[in-house]
Amino acid sequence: MADFDITSQKMDGMGPHGTKVGLLRVLGPAHVWALGVGIVLVGEYMGWNFSVGKGGAYAALIACWFAGILYSCVAMIDSEVTSTVASAGGQYTQAKHIIGPLMAFNVGLYLVFAYTMLEAANAITAGYLISVVASMTGYAAELDQRPFIILVIMFLAWLNYRGVLATLTFNLVITAVAFSAIIILFLSTSGVLGGGIMEHAALFEGHELPYGWIGVLAAMHFGLWYYLGIEGTTQAAEEVRSPARALPFGTLAGIMTLLIAATLTWYVCSGILPWEYLGDGVDGAVAPLFDAARLSGSNALVWLLGFGTLFATLASANGCINDASRAWFAMGRDKYLPGWFGAVHPRYRTPYRAIVFLVPIALIFALGAPLDQVITFSILSGLLGYTFMPLNIILFRRKWPLDTIKRGYEHPFHPIPAITLLTLCGVTFFAVFLGYGTQLVAMIGFYIVVSLWFHFWRYRFVNRGAQFTMPWPKPRGY
Amino acid sequence: MDLWNYLEYGAWGLAALLALHMVVDWLRTDSTYSEDVLTSSREGEIEAIAEEHKAREARHG
Repeated sequence: MADFDITSQKMDGMGPHGTKVGLLRVLGPAHVWALGVGIVLVGEYMGWNFSVGKGGAYAALIACWFAGILYSCVAMIDSEVTSTVASAGGQYTQAKHIIGPLMAFNVGLYLVFAYTMLEAANAITAGYLISVVASMTGYAAELDQRPFIILVIMFLAWLNYRGVLATLTFNLVITAVAFSAIIILFLSTSGVLGGGIMEHAALFEGHELPYGWIGVLAAMHFGLWYYLGIEGTTQAAEEVRSPARALPFGTLAGIMTLLIAATLTWYVCSGILPWEYLGDGVDGAVAPLFDAARLSGSNALVWLLGFGTLFATLASANGCINDASRAWFAMGRDKYLPGWFGAVHPRYRTPYRAIVFLVPIALIFALGAPLDQVITFSILSGLLGYTFMPLNIILFRRKWPLDTIKRGYEHPFHPIPAITLLTLCGVTFFAVFLGYGTQLVAMIGFYIVVSLWFHFWRYRFVNRGAQFTMPWPKPRGY
Repeated sequence: MDLWNYLEYGAWGLAALLALHMVVDWLRTDSTYSEDVLTSSREGEIEAIAEEHKAREARHG
């Protein structure tokens, strides 16, 4: 046996209701920020520029800001609910408490798929980046990317396995470097420090909206990339020292950071790269910020943005492992999945079985599926999750009005953010349908099938009594 | 062999070592502690807010 008393009720992490070993409460607001921004920032480094291809540079900016509104609503709603439902599982746990088991099961799966697919996409990207470095250093043969893809997933899973504090401190450092790189690139190329190289007027002339307003609508799909994953901050709820303070603070600081990073990214890239090149993320600008740095003529910027791209990719994969494992763990703990997954490591205090179980799944997708399909499945799962959020907050406010439960944060102007979010989700579903209609229908079909399985089979195993432990009053009207 | 060939082998080896470390530790942990202890985790709660709820409930009867 270990040399400490894991049954002590005085030890940190020893929770109520008979918990003998639980997740460790060691995180602060900066870790929450690092988790949210770390998952997302890779979207600034690559991917967002497909929106330029869909509708031109102005369409990408409109999509950037409308998606910014969508995610600001997500961040505000999440901050209120999760500062009250402060438990691992994030939106899954929120759905369980506020809507019901079937919604919770679906939301849990959205989360696990969105994050595991994103993790796989990040690992593929990291392998690609390393192969680019190999060719830049004069390696003539084709680099085998597989060992590097596997190493990225293994190293980050190992880090997650060993403890949440080291994992998210690592994320904090590399995310801060990646964000600083964007700021430095902006300062260096816009004329604030030294001479500017921006040519917005010349590059935009005659190409303001090349595909008209339908192009703006189509650009919304990829506008999500600027912010996709900020909602992941909620997964840290059971491991922060002060959930009521740290979660809203970290999440809202995170969305503000991303609004700045997204706008600066658009400004720098659209002012240096022609829209036809920028909008082609396959044969053109695969990593547009890195391309912008190369055109600046500064070797220091090239290295900085090169590391920024790699760090953003690693931070995203790292955060995704953290979040997917918490969602899987929480579902196991409530017996929505086999209870075996609800185990916590007695020494590292991490959901170690969930972390290890998801490794081969991520590897299968990273090594065997095309990148665009993996990312599309991730985005669609995320979008379904965002559609759930406005319904969630409306029901939360209706069942438990402000005077019945104290929140760590109360978001303003309710229900305007919820209605705005629902409307923007509808617009984005249409935009996704324009480009990926088959995948959208296939994925909804998949979730319908698993919902039937849950309803007719799995629900009999759910720990119905023990899954609700929040000391809340009865919901209004029940 | 080129440096990048060595790096490829190094990446394979390091990935295998990390995987082995996790699996060995996982099996050791599962055999050391009872399932009851390992899966005893329940949802957390915010202590201060929980106390406030109780206080409100007490006030409202």
